[in-house]
Amino acid sequence: MTLLSVEGLGISFGGIKAVHDVSFKVEPGEIVSVIGPNGAGKTTLFNMISGVYQPGSGRVVLEGEDVTGMAPFRLASRGMSRTFQNLQIFQNMTVLENAISGFHLQERGPVLADLLHLPSSRRRARAAEAGARELLARVGLERAADREAGNLSYGSLKRLEIARALAMRPKVLLLDEPAAGCNAVETEEIDHLIAEVAASGTAILLVEHDMKMVMRISSHIVVLDHGEKIAEGAPAEVSRNPAVIAAYLGTEEGADADG
Amino acid sequence: MPRLSAKSATLLVLAALIAVTPFFFPSGYYYRVGALIFVNGLAVTGIVILTGYAGQISLGHAGFAGIGGYACALAPTHLGLHPSLAVVLGAVISGVLAYLVGRPILRLKGYYLAVATLGFGILVAMVLNNERQLTGGPDGIAVPELGLRGLLKDWGLDLTNGQFWYFFCGIVLLIGAWIALNLYQSPSGRALRALHGSEIAAGTVGIDVARVKLQAFVISAVYASVAGSLVALQNKFITPDVAGFMHSIEMVTMAVLGGAGSVLGAIFGAGILTLLPQVLTVFAEYEQLVLGLVMMLVMIFLREGLLPSVLRKLRGRGE
Repeated sequence: MTLLSVEGLGISFGGIKAVHDVSFKVEPGEIVSVIGPNGAGKTTLFNMISGVYQPGSGRVVLEGEDVTGMAPFRLASRGMSRTFQNLQIFQNMTVLENAISGFHLQERGPVLADLLHLPSSRRRARAAEAGARELLARVGLERAADREAGNLSYGSLKRLEIARALAMRPKVLLLDEPAAGCNAVETEEIDHLIAEVAASGTAILLVEHDMKMVMRISSHIVVLDHGEKIAEGAPAEVSRNPAVIAAYLGTEEGADADG
Repeated sequence: MPRLSAKSATLLVLAALIAVTPFFFPSGYYYRVGALIFVNGLAVTGIVILTGYAGQISLGHAGFAGIGGYACALAPTHLGLHPSLAVVLGAVISGVLAYLVGRPILRLKGYYLAVATLGFGILVAMVLNNERQLTGGPDGIAVPELGLRGLLKDWGLDLTNGQFWYFFCGIVLLIGAWIALNLYQSPSGRALRALHGSEIAAGTVGIDVARVKLQAFVISAVYASVAGSLVALQNKFITPDVAGFMHSIEMVTMAVLGGAGSVLGAIFGAGILTLLPQVLTVFAEYEQLVLGLVMMLVMIFLREGLLPSVLRKLRGRGE
């Protein structure tokens, strides 16, 4: 059974087709990248898959179950997690607490036990904290654990967001521009982290502008332009595809029109 | 030296203040003021959970205080319940009502809760004012004696009425603060603070945002209800003012002034705004003006509230 299958997904905003009839599949351990020029509909596609937007047409199937337009918190319990292009960090918490929040599905319990500080509540919280510290070490943030999340550098916040998403041991992880705004060193760190996570069996769906990174780590690339899929395949195939080159560099007619 | 956790430190400070302050009371009257501060502190601790932790705003929490208060007036005479059980009944009714009001509202994003609770509070006050046969209308209604003071006297602990209510409300406040602080560090509390930080991110880590908001709303309603019950039992009398809009605003202002994110801060805010009218008798006439001014100034100059801002300043200087 396919892990994640996107089937004919489409959405319109005010009569304009932002994404139209996009289909692809993601298998466990794969890194599938969605690329395309600015405004091609990549983030919109992500928002539909992760339940932030209600798709106008098509289906999202996760492990055989139709999860189209399902609320993000329900998708989370089914093994889908994501990060955001414009960071969604809990700024009102410490770095450690942010990571612990990723364990919500494992650490939640009866609210009464939490109010009364019962041993069961403490046990859940302790287990989540141990897991969170481990994850912070994995992304190199263990020494920042007690700092306010808002005080971290941009690259660190990106890693923190990934750590938080990993806490739930997702089957599919959607990363929306994880390397955006990061310097070369940070990009490489994130690059390694992604490869590592995929190697552990988690499927990764990636939107990224850093082409070098995409070409290096993707097992499979989906190319969008004007909301439609114009190409799909291994990195080497896609980079030679004339339609892709035209989309990125402009067609000859486009060049004429410009001149 | 082992570092004291923030929770133990808060509870110790609170317990010490409750125990030591009476030595400085110039007259027995101040026990009454102290008890009032503790009751307001209790209600405001509920606001801390709703507003400080979860970031939701209620403008009708006095409605729940009214329910708690009138439960103590009505349940003993009409249902034959002991006043202590009437407190529990009021809390249960408040919790259930909060659930019913909050459930449809908290699915929506935005400030719908503030608007809905505003309506709810006004509704409760209206019912209490107009159902004269049952509630006595605007003139209020008598509330039976709790009876605990007599019991303590039999056991050899003879307190004046003022002393009894001072320490009784103080202990209830300590329990309320303990529960709120437990919640803060717990998985459920973390979920509340997470949705306060980012509802979108809270959803992606699997937090059912509507559900945990509802939890916070119900819990805070129970706090307000118990506070209302204590006011009624202490005064042996209650009027619909306890459910009035101004009382709701007072609660929010106390929390915001002291620091809605901190239990100790919010109780501190309750202390200041309870003391003010006692010290300045003119305050009563200008209460609405002062509350509005306080809210504005705090929002402009001390966004976190008085106590957290001051502590941060002190800590910053220490480093």
